Amino acid sequence: MIHRILALATAVTLGTAVLAEEMKLAVTTSFENSGLADVLLPAIKEDLGLDVQLLVVGTGQALRLGQAGDVDAILVHSRTAEEAFVAEGYGTHRREIMYNDFVFIGPAGDPAGIAVAGSAAEALQRISAAEPAFVSRGDESGTHKKERALWAEAGLSPETFGAWYREVGAGMGASLNTAAGLDAYILADRASWLNFGNPAGLALLYSGAPALFNQYAFLAVNPERHSHVRHDLAVQLEGWLTSRRAADLINGYTINGETLFIFNAGPE
Amino acid sequence: MNDIYDGLLSAFWLVVTLDADLLEISLRSLQVSLTALVIASAIALPLGTLLAIRRFRYRRLTISLLNALMGLPPVVVGLLVYILLSRSGPLGVLGLLFTPTAMIIAQVIIITPLIASITHQAMRELWAEYHDLLISLNTSGWQRIRTLIWDGRRNLLTASLAGFGRAIGEVGAIMIVGGNIDNATRVLTTAIALETGKGDFALALALGFVLIALAIGINVAIHWLSRTEREGRW
Amino acid sequence: MVSSILPLTLTDVAVRRRGKTLLGPVDLSLEATGLTIIIGPNGSGKTTLLRAMHGVERLSTGAVRWSVPDEQAQHRQAYVFQTPIMLRRSVADNLRYPLQLLRLPRAEIGARVADWLARIGLEERASLQATRLSGGEKQRLAIARALIRRPDVLFLDEPCANLDGASTRAIEALLQAALDEKTRIIMTTHDLGQARRLASDAIFMLHGVVHEAGSAARFFGAPCTEELEAFFRGDIIA
Repeated sequence: MIHRILALATAVTLGTAVLAEEMKLAVTTSFENSGLADVLLPAIKEDLGLDVQLLVVGTGQALRLGQAGDVDAILVHSRTAEEAFVAEGYGTHRREIMYNDFVFIGPAGDPAGIAVAGSAAEALQRISAAEPAFVSRGDESGTHKKERALWAEAGLSPETFGAWYREVGAGMGASLNTAAGLDAYILADRASWLNFGNPAGLALLYSGAPALFNQYAFLAVNPERHSHVRHDLAVQLEGWLTSRRAADLINGYTINGETLFIFNAGPE
Repeated sequence: MNDIYDGLLSAFWLVVTLDADLLEISLRSLQVSLTALVIASAIALPLGTLLAIRRFRYRRLTISLLNALMGLPPVVVGLLVYILLSRSGPLGVLGLLFTPTAMIIAQVIIITPLIASITHQAMRELWAEYHDLLISLNTSGWQRIRTLIWDGRRNLLTASLAGFGRAIGEVGAIMIVGGNIDNATRVLTTAIALETGKGDFALALALGFVLIALAIGINVAIHWLSRTEREGRW
Repeated sequence: MVSSILPLTLTDVAVRRRGKTLLGPVDLSLEATGLTIIIGPNGSGKTTLLRAMHGVERLSTGAVRWSVPDEQAQHRQAYVFQTPIMLRRSVADNLRYPLQLLRLPRAEIGARVADWLARIGLEERASLQATRLSGGEKQRLAIARALIRRPDVLFLDEPCANLDGASTRAIEALLQAALDEKTRIIMTTHDLGQARRLASDAIFMLHGVVHEAGSAARFFGAPCTEELEAFFRGDIIA
């Protein structure tokens, strides 16, 4: 029995190592939590014979991994940071792939009354006026950067907030767990929210405003900076991610009947 | 309470259906932690014994250092190993980051001081007991170490098992240096962190129960295998 | 047997620890045969003297010399400690251990171990963990483990302390047998009866020095010093 298990394990490890090429892609937690990777990765393996190993981290760390050359490409959602990454020569270029949107989650009773807000900025102003518990990612992730941009747009600065504003410094899932525990408001991406298994007393309260769109982009790490990166594989992957096949899979991905991502990669 | 019940139930089903993913990450957990254990023991057992019987200049300093390292937070170890192994780091050319080897390195660093320290404690007692006899019998240094390791093997086993327990249950360091990559570096603890992040407490708990069962299983198995004397003294 | 490592000569031997003199100065010479008993009140330096002779005590001054180089002499003597030190192994493995250190052939080790198990009456308990033996059995095992290398000289520190009559008799029989095989024995004891039964010569220690010494008949029959006489009477000697 033990021998069979070991043989199987060896076969699996050796099998993948011999047959397929491997590359490392740093992605954001929100992407991984959406479950889309489970649809895309097998298809990539099938079409390209390519094993994409995902490193699931916040956007901040993903960019650092790219800068250090520890991954071959990154897929993140924080436009300003991405453009800086390319401008500093760490990435060859930035290619938009798809978008989803952010949503405001909060206690189902909505004590701050954001459900009837006219804009994302107004929703935040209502929250800061009512001062209910609010959980912030606080981890320099794309979602965290988006949240701060939204506060700025609303003319508010989180540094001045009281104890009701809590930076947890954790991933999307962990932050949602915290919010559920505190019955707090939180900004989340729609995919993570729909896939979240522990909503407790929380509900989706506000969404759909254009300010909440969440653009994902693919950046291959610059081989001139790091000669060991598999730029060839990164280019292959980019080609696939912007193909018709990827478009169908991305647009067709739903959770509870809701479409999560909209493919918007343009021709090069 | 419901979550725990669900967790137990899912753990049961995962195990009885020999879930392929579970099997893979459990085997990887074992592979990484057992390899780390073997390497760490090979360093720590003779080192701890030597510290117990040899008087040398920096002995006290070495022992204090060992005890301090024992309390080293795994995350810090992970971060240091990460910086060393990163492509931009001094050992970047080896390309070891985000591989099981990197995880083994981190675990060896975490558990070696622990095993060496426990070994030192146990061997110090045994040496106090044996000291006069072994001196009187005119034993060489190497014979002393061998005698102590052999007669103290049960204590050393306990030391090693403590190291194994810490290695297999560790998450902070291997998350950083392993990256929790599916099919490559995902082990039980990082999978638990991931599932907790997704709010899937039942699956996370199920994996937790499998981890506990594995740790207990290994302990029992090793003790059972090592019970050479007829009458157990435990 | 090769030439004996005796006589043993101690010249100006002293042991001092933290400014306190535990032993010495001692000048002493021990001849090649017999059983020397060392007696004296507690703290008089009996054990320290024994350890100094065996070479396991660091000397502050003086020297301990055998008739052969130290290296050789060390291999041909054995020491039995007051509290027998049992290796955490079986009874048979305890006997095997000193022979294994010498890398003797397996067959010879086996034969000698079997012989000594019989001599100390522990054949039945050969595979028992030595730490589980009774006090008397432990002491017998320790003596057998010392004698199994056939040493020229055997040191014993209070071998019968805290033992009952039967155990003491068994141990004295072992020592008598060793004497018959020409083993030189040097031992300390608190038991004056035992001292009289076994000694061929005796040493009386007081305040770290040799207060009186001589052949057994003279030593026990006609003590020269008041202190030894008082000691025999059972007085407390300050």
